[in-house]
Amino acid sequence: MTASSNASLRAFLHGLPGVDRVGADARAAMLSTRSIKTSAKRQAIDMAISMVDLTTLEGADTRGKVRAMCAKAVHPDPADPTVPSVAAVCVYPDLVAEARDVVGSSGVKVASVATAFPSGRSTLEVKVSDTAFAVAAGADEIDMVIDRGAFLSGDYLKVFEEIQAVKAACGEAHLKVILETGELATYDNVRRASWLAMLAGGDFIKTSTGKVQPAATLPVTLVMLEAVRDFLAVEGRKVGVKPAGGIRTTKDAIKMLVLVNETAGPDWLDPDWFRLGASSVLNDLLMQRQKLTTGRYAGPDYFTLD
Amino acid sequence: MIFEYAPAPESRDVVDIRPSYGLFINGEFVDGSGTPFKTINPASEETLAEVATATEADVDRAVQAARKAFGVWSALPGSERAKYLFRIARIIQERARELAVLESIDNGKPIRESRDVDLPLVAAHFFYYAGWADKLQYAGYGTTPLGVAGQVIPWNFPLLMLAWKIAPALACGNTVVLKPAETTPLTALLFAEICQQADLPPGVVNIVTGAGETGAAVVGHPDVDKVAFTGSTEVGRLIAKSVAGTTKKVTLELGGKAANIVFDDAALDQAVEGIVTGIFFNQGHVCCAGSRLLVQESIAEELMASLKRRLSTLRLGDPLDKNTDIGAINSAAQLAKIRELSDSGEGEGAERWSPACALPDKGFWFPPTVFTGVSQSHRIAREEIFGPVLSVLTFRTPAEAVEKANNTPYGLSAGVWTEKASRMLWMASRLRAGVVWSNTFNKFDPTSPFGGFKESGYGREGGRHGLEAYLKEIS
Repeated sequence: MTASSNASLRAFLHGLPGVDRVGADARAAMLSTRSIKTSAKRQAIDMAISMVDLTTLEGADTRGKVRAMCAKAVHPDPADPTVPSVAAVCVYPDLVAEARDVVGSSGVKVASVATAFPSGRSTLEVKVSDTAFAVAAGADEIDMVIDRGAFLSGDYLKVFEEIQAVKAACGEAHLKVILETGELATYDNVRRASWLAMLAGGDFIKTSTGKVQPAATLPVTLVMLEAVRDFLAVEGRKVGVKPAGGIRTTKDAIKMLVLVNETAGPDWLDPDWFRLGASSVLNDLLMQRQKLTTGRYAGPDYFTLD
Repeated sequence: MIFEYAPAPESRDVVDIRPSYGLFINGEFVDGSGTPFKTINPASEETLAEVATATEADVDRAVQAARKAFGVWSALPGSERAKYLFRIARIIQERARELAVLESIDNGKPIRESRDVDLPLVAAHFFYYAGWADKLQYAGYGTTPLGVAGQVIPWNFPLLMLAWKIAPALACGNTVVLKPAETTPLTALLFAEICQQADLPPGVVNIVTGAGETGAAVVGHPDVDKVAFTGSTEVGRLIAKSVAGTTKKVTLELGGKAANIVFDDAALDQAVEGIVTGIFFNQGHVCCAGSRLLVQESIAEELMASLKRRLSTLRLGDPLDKNTDIGAINSAAQLAKIRELSDSGEGEGAERWSPACALPDKGFWFPPTVFTGVSQSHRIAREEIFGPVLSVLTFRTPAEAVEKANNTPYGLSAGVWTEKASRMLWMASRLRAGVVWSNTFNKFDPTSPFGGFKESGYGREGGRHGLEAYLKEIS
């Protein structure tokens, strides 16, 4: 595959097998009936906790809120040291330094959104410098957004080159490419955007910014998991997947893990290859975990807000 | 990271299996005159219950009860018959879990399927035909019922086939004598209890249990006006012979050897799902199963790799485990037949493949199996296996696909996978099959007529067309 022109990219992307919406929805619905109980539930909860990208992306974010969230990321339940740390915290670029300071060498990664998040509507120059700023501040991972306007208008080359440029600006940092599937409208587009992002060098493909509905639906995540599975087979490079937005309950999270297990396979059941972009899900996971241990539910007041 | 699903068994406590069951005649359970038989759980071989055998005399009593009830039932206004059918449908929904668990125990099918496919369709069928009961004059087949319907159903979808038979018959004003299969009588007998619960007038539904002789007695009874049969082509032929020269109206829904045709422009991930649903749904015990995969040669290798990867994720085991995809084979006899045909496939030179898959020690089990390198002349490409065995053939052009798909004595169903609408229509108009599924497979709906061409039988069940089989022709 040479990405030398829009025509060659279009020929490739539109040559990928289509996605039948009815069939994809049915498959995701069937997998969501898997019943994960007892020991499997316990394993799934810890796996899910270790895959969470604990996120705050509000205009009203404060340094204090970020510090509190980072502390929680390292020790999600201060009373129970057997609870694993989450995978990463995810913040805006100007708060990366703050986050870095708290997570230190705990192993929890610092991820930063960049490239004129969430709309992606700016110049390449701004996007690259946004990225460089976050990396310089200590980000391990960059969550960029693609230019959906360019993608939908058929300007695949622009999207491709932007991802390449941002990837270059990332240096050592891992690049997650947010497709904003809620704006791509069709599963065919989700598959094409996934391949475009992977071909351009993305280390992860991510569903959504969390600012647009629908966000991380099961069928969309299914289509992206199929894409990374096929990309590894064809191109020999493994790419991660991150559904983000709308994952609120332990049930939601476990459905995602089942999807991974039976689509891309157990090789992806690892925080290096699968993440859950979420914030509120963590407390539900902790609550369910405690229920499995003690047999009782504690009220929400027994879990820290952030 | 390995993620093992812990056992998640559905509770058996919701269902109360009695040690023995009688026949349901004239609204009551009565003893049968024949030697009772045992029905077993095919997943464990444990005996579930002893069931009465109806002799010719018992069948005669049932037909007489149905004849007597016919006068009352057919005289009711359609809107009154509808009330009973709606009531039955609602009770089925209320008792769905109980019925689903019992179906899985007696039949061996996974609870996920009995819960999510069989039971919702059973209730939907009764709701659908309840709706027709007072609108027969708009259906175009007249409004005069035939009389007593003798119905013989198979073991693959025991309750669903009962619904397909009983719901339209009753909606049109007929009464029925139904014989469930001898390996799966229990849900039909629970349905008899539901008829009591719904206060259905005595004799409108009669259930007689037993083996082939009981079925022959139902079909051959001189006072039966209508024969409806779902099962093997072999038995279908016998029935056609036995009713020849009588005035009995007959519908037969028989075997199949359906082609599932995948073009190179198909949505491949969904096509793989469709192949799995086509042949591994209900352990392949499906008359319309997509047992022949015809794949365009340009994608054959890629599709087979995807299919094999997908089959490796199938979960075979305890039918009551909510995560089971493949349950038990219904009987020792059926297992022997599947084994014999599969061995013949190997003997004739086809290549056999199954995913790594541990089979339980007790019960009747067969792993999901795929044969590649199959040619049209192999027995596994001609004969109905009625098990989880897929025969894969390739084709080069659409014309060749049609030719191969139609080159069978059967004609029940077919599936086509292409993203190109014009090709879909071109194929659908040339395939000699009662149902052609477009980018899907094994999808059922009470509003859609179902039935075969050629040796797959005659008559249609379901939809408006399904009424025709239970009404007197307009002269």
